[in-house]
Amino acid sequence: MLSDRSRRSWSRRSLALTAALALASGLLTACGSSSGKPTLTWYINPDPAPPSGFHGPFGQAGIAARCSTSKYQIKVQELPGDATEQRIQLARRLAAKDSGIDLMSLDPVFTGEFANAGFLATLPDSLTSSLKSATLSGAIDGATWAGKLAVAPLWANTQLLWYRKSFANKAGLDMSKPVTWDQIIKAAADNGGTVGVQANKYEGYSVWINALVAGAGGSIIQDATKGDDAKITIDSPAGEDAAKVIQELAHSKAAEPDLSVSNEGTVLGPFATDKGAFQVNWTFIYANYKADKNTFNDLGWTRYPETVAGKPSRPPLGGINIGINAATKHLSDAEAATRCITSQANQVRYAIETGNMPARTAAYDDAALKKAYPTDLLQAFRSSLKVAAPRPVTPYWSDISSAIQSTWHSPTSVTSGTPAKSAKFISDVLKGRKLL
Amino acid sequence: MSAVATPAMRASDRAIAENRLGLKLVAPAVIVMVLVTAYPMIEALYLSLFKYRLTVPDDKSFTGLGNYVMVLSDSLFWKDTLNTVLIMVVTVAIELVIGFAFAMVMHRIVFARGIMRTAILIPYGIITVVSALAWQFTFSLNNGFVNGWFSWLPWIGPNTNWFGDHWHAMFAIMVSEIWKTTPFMSLLLLAGLSQVSEDMIEAAKVDGATWWQRLYKVILPNMRAAIMVAVLFRALDAFRIFDNIFMMTKGAQNTESSSFLTYRQVIEQFQLGAGSALSVLLFIAVLLIAFLLVKFFRVDLAAARGEG
Repeated sequence: MLSDRSRRSWSRRSLALTAALALASGLLTACGSSSGKPTLTWYINPDPAPPSGFHGPFGQAGIAARCSTSKYQIKVQELPGDATEQRIQLARRLAAKDSGIDLMSLDPVFTGEFANAGFLATLPDSLTSSLKSATLSGAIDGATWAGKLAVAPLWANTQLLWYRKSFANKAGLDMSKPVTWDQIIKAAADNGGTVGVQANKYEGYSVWINALVAGAGGSIIQDATKGDDAKITIDSPAGEDAAKVIQELAHSKAAEPDLSVSNEGTVLGPFATDKGAFQVNWTFIYANYKADKNTFNDLGWTRYPETVAGKPSRPPLGGINIGINAATKHLSDAEAATRCITSQANQVRYAIETGNMPARTAAYDDAALKKAYPTDLLQAFRSSLKVAAPRPVTPYWSDISSAIQSTWHSPTSVTSGTPAKSAKFISDVLKGRKLL
Repeated sequence: MSAVATPAMRASDRAIAENRLGLKLVAPAVIVMVLVTAYPMIEALYLSLFKYRLTVPDDKSFTGLGNYVMVLSDSLFWKDTLNTVLIMVVTVAIELVIGFAFAMVMHRIVFARGIMRTAILIPYGIITVVSALAWQFTFSLNNGFVNGWFSWLPWIGPNTNWFGDHWHAMFAIMVSEIWKTTPFMSLLLLAGLSQVSEDMIEAAKVDGATWWQRLYKVILPNMRAAIMVAVLFRALDAFRIFDNIFMMTKGAQNTESSSFLTYRQVIEQFQLGAGSALSVLLFIAVLLIAFLLVKFFRVDLAAARGEG
């Protein structure tokens, strides 16, 4: 039984709670109706931490500050770091037609799902046509749903093969020519080095598998626009080639001990040690090792490795696109803001600040960007983005991706039968016959 | 009819009035409970009869018990149920033993009693997500110290990847769960211990019973009700394990629990239909466990509260 004192304190507490709620709801209504200048809320994925000594708003917050005008103010709201979590937060709000979101930074893999569900406002033709002609084709592919540009590319990401020059020398591997996965795995294993990949049970593993399958000339699905009736094509020679690479690395000495839980972050440390040899990773790597002179001076890069010798590789595509919420109350302002956010000036400045490379082709010739990054690195990024293979744009990508992860994880369990197993599982999941 | 009103009659009038007052007093609480718990439960029951996905809202269709048939015939569901039962049985068994030892310490300790009791209870005061994250770092290959500290054990090396395979990961999850909730168990057991009368223990001592005999013949039988309540609460809690798995493996290496599966269906995949069916099944499972424990171990909840 509660004592008199605690009972009193309970009722006092609940009174305080009620008062707080009443106050909060009062403030919220006040917020909505006050001030003539609208505030656009832009949900952003987190940017890397600003370098020490940097002052003022950084990254996307910096873009928001520069794009705020006398007509509207842009305010950023940070999403979780994990792409899956970003999707969950955004989709729940968008499904509830929350007008508290005006703009959002979207991973390309959500494009199909969000556009198909009617969550995104249609971009005006003048904006889409100007973006289409000025943006790298890989980035456009990842932003297109049902033949229309659904979101505006802000920056484009791709993976390169990063290597330690001294190690490649020691192993006698000629990095000026395209290399295969088999070559780098053997070179690393024979010389006491490791190959860093992303093979935890998360989206990054699907990125790797998609790149391997595409590199062997295949694809995970075809006819993506048919939604859950799409043709599943991972059970193919290309799928088996991909499985072979994963199988080889998983059972090689070149695999890092935490292979089955590795992500973009876990491979950074080992690469900077004596065992560091190769890693496939996104463009942020260059800026990442800047502080570590020893590794930085030894850092080499080349095109993503080939799945099958002689077949040009298809590097992964990532990045961020800007979508406008269909339920926004400030549509024309949001469109104007999107134009400003994705302008070349902002893409270049954003790339210099964060290491996230522009989606616009002409931005790579920008003098300021060329000053910040070596020309051959920019060249490598641009050509990698040209041939990059986006993950299939489909409303069901998250299901397909999770189904792939659960059949292909852990990497040590991958065999030549894995592609067939995953194809059956994906189709069962899409048809609602199996739980994911 | 006698003119003399018996005292019993008057008392019953008063009882009726008190009853009425009682009903009026609990009514607001009952109404709030119905609104916040019964409504979502009925809504979940309703949704579980549909094929419905939040991101494809036009594709909503009635499937009757289709979701239940699909879930119950799915191997993943049974795999996760097995994991959950395993975690529940192992953690509750270990917690019962350690928790009892802690309860004895808290009960018998003479000096620094307050500090000791507080120290034992600290893990329970920590938010599960925080403790799970701490344990995740502890076992992590890059930042953890488990491999360093325990490398003298033959099966632990510098490259032991605790989240790399099923049993290692399950072990890490269970350690975290046990560390976090043993204090709760010992708190419930302490309540039971303090109910055992010192006179009985004294009497047993005088009769020449050894320490073990006193424990088995006097202390344990007299706190059976408290033990069963502790087991019941912890078993239901452990069956709904979520936070530790979410923070440590996200369900990788087949470490998924029933709650985690439900979470993924509803929150991650927006499968409101199948997810609701899963949550209804989870609810039934919890009811079943509670029923079985109460039935077979004859837990008398009233006795445990000291009302018997």
